[in-house]
Amino acid sequence: MAGQLSIAKALNGALRKSLESDPKTVLMGEDIGKLGGVFRITDGLQKDFGDDRVIDTPLAESGIVGTAIGLALRGYRPVVEIQFDGFVYPAFDQIVSQLAKMHARALGHVKMPITVRIPYGGGIGAVEHHSESHEAYFAHTAGLRVVSPSNAHDAHWMLRQSIESDDPVVFLEPKRRYWDKGEVGEDPLLPLHAARIVRPGTDATLIAYGPMVKVCQEAAQAAEEDGRRLEVVDLRSLSPVDFATLEESVKRTGRGIVVHEAPVFLGLGAELAARLTERCFYHLEAPILRVGGYHAPYPPSRVEETYLPDLDRVLDAVDRALAF
Amino acid sequence: MTVKSTSRARKKAAPGVPDPARAGVGAEPELVQLLTPEGERVEHPEFPLTVTPEELRSLYRDLVLVRRFDAEATSLQRQGELGLWASLLGQEAAQVGSGRAMRAGDYAFPTYREHGVAWCRDVDPLNLLGMFRGVNNGGWDPNEKNFHLYTIVIGAQTLHATGYAMGIAKDGADDAVIAYFGDGASSQGDVNEAFTFASVYNSPVVFFCQNNQWAISEPTAVQTRIPLYRRASGFGFPGVRVDGNDVLAVLAVTRWALDHARTGQGPVLVEAFTYRMGAHTTSDDPTRYRQSEETESWKAKDPILRLKAHLEKEGLADEAFFAAVEAESETLGLRVREGVRSMPDPDPTLIFDHVYSEPHPLVDEERAEYEAYAASFEGGEHH
Ligand SMILES: Cc1ncc(C[n+]2csc(CCOP(=O)(O)OP(=O)(O)O)c2C)c(N)n1
Repeated sequence: MAGQLSIAKALNGALRKSLESDPKTVLMGEDIGKLGGVFRITDGLQKDFGDDRVIDTPLAESGIVGTAIGLALRGYRPVVEIQFDGFVYPAFDQIVSQLAKMHARALGHVKMPITVRIPYGGGIGAVEHHSESHEAYFAHTAGLRVVSPSNAHDAHWMLRQSIESDDPVVFLEPKRRYWDKGEVGEDPLLPLHAARIVRPGTDATLIAYGPMVKVCQEAAQAAEEDGRRLEVVDLRSLSPVDFATLEESVKRTGRGIVVHEAPVFLGLGAELAARLTERCFYHLEAPILRVGGYHAPYPPSRVEETYLPDLDRVLDAVDRALAF
Repeated sequence: MTVKSTSRARKKAAPGVPDPARAGVGAEPELVQLLTPEGERVEHPEFPLTVTPEELRSLYRDLVLVRRFDAEATSLQRQGELGLWASLLGQEAAQVGSGRAMRAGDYAFPTYREHGVAWCRDVDPLNLLGMFRGVNNGGWDPNEKNFHLYTIVIGAQTLHATGYAMGIAKDGADDAVIAYFGDGASSQGDVNEAFTFASVYNSPVVFFCQNNQWAISEPTAVQTRIPLYRRASGFGFPGVRVDGNDVLAVLAVTRWALDHARTGQGPVLVEAFTYRMGAHTTSDDPTRYRQSEETESWKAKDPILRLKAHLEKEGLADEAFFAAVEAESETLGLRVREGVRSMPDPDPTLIFDHVYSEPHPLVDEERAEYEAYAASFEGGEHH
């Protein structure tokens, strides 16, 4: 797997490996067969594994997740694709009320090894309902694991780890990064739920996941020119959260800034800020700040740059944190 | 003229009050019946059935025991032992007939009312009471008896059933699945999505709709303008309406449907035309929305009396048999009563059990927090 791969190709390779290594793995979704999915993540897989393993489904999201639950009960390991973030809501009941709870309701007797892949987030100039960040809805639900990779290596390995997990995983793919390239190594390097310090620093910790990791790395790069050394942590897993890594970093830098695309209000950043405050209170030089979307519907694409956190908004928050 | 009177009727009907007669949902056309309400055996050309006297007696026993179990649970709710109960009273034949049509490898996906099906699957009745008592949210291993957990969200399980059936087809097994749901559920998107998936993948699933005429307070006419079994044709598979109070007809039709499904011919919708004699659940007050005459008229079609009349008429069972079943139902009642009363409350840490299959730090952390908190009360001052 040497060489530079786009996130899209890395995901495709992960699905291919999973289909090869376990005959019980099946892919399901709209247009994932001949077309290879609207983002081509499943490109060529139906050709190689047959339409019995790579299943084009009716256009019915609740149906996709609901029947995947039945297949899992029968011993299959379904990987379902939701075409776009904004179309997962018809399946919301099946995900949060059925999928998330089945294991507990059966007192552990059944497992739900289902991966729900969702391309999420904005920044690609799409029309309505094609740019949402709904991670907080899912992370709020016990029984689900929620993860989001930010680079090709993680995209490949985190997807394989998700598919191997006996728990249901909501796998959020940062669609604006699909075409970003990176090295995909031979080993996962980290367990699925570990956070990773992608850039060490001393003055403040930027905490991000998925599409915002790159923005934070760029912000840290820019800040360095002003003599500020920012640490960047890629959360990778939104449930569970690797608080140990976050805590260690924030205690060291004394400042934390959480960056995500989703609205700030009741978003994941609220939870991270609250917990980090509880745990790092005496080490903090400033309140944990949040940078994210506004409490407004995702805007038309011509103004999405206003909505999405960018370099300037992140650096502005860094200024505020350092001014305390 | 027909057109005119129809349109006049339409104008007369108050908005929001569907007319059952117009919908044709209250009538009983094309009802498969093998046993009249008087207990006469009749033949149906498409659904022949041979049953031995032994089988007939065994079905009777099932009906009586299931009704007894249900009555016991209703009483236990009244005595405060259960938080809620959804009674199957009146629907015994629909459940026992379909339950007994299943083979060992078949799988049932119930709603919250399929106690009679559970009985046929050999699920310990006490298992069914845990959720209603509030000691768990399901609480049994569905794979042990091929009987899935009860599903409260209306219609959700029909998709699980269909997915399971898709898996059976993939495995090349010759088993089939039954998805139970009510007439109200037929309006849900999930049920219609299940029809679509089952149809396009030709999955071995039998959709078994118990049309008990009511969805809490709403009559079937609020859900549909055509008889429900006809919905199937729009999805491209057969639909059959069976007399849901006739255990023999339900047995024959469901057996046929399961065979149809398991032999690769795709799904079937069976509409068991029946009646919920009791309240929707113990929290419901049916006197607010339905007439006692309606309930009375259905009493004449009672599934148990009908089979009893048949057994007596044909001399297939004697007093000793009926007395033995009665005695057995007493024993069952006692077992259920005592079993429920001695059902312990779960350890509070149950909350943290089985949230995930694999370790999750947040759950571990909160469990530890809770345990420390609970321990802080121990060894302290007690009053
Ligand atoms: C999605 C959903 N909406 C509402 C309810 C509340 N509810 C519980 S039972 C019921 C009526 C169901 O009627 P039907 O499907 O005919 O089944 P029956 O109870 O008559 O067997 C309703 C509205 C629910 N459980 N799930």
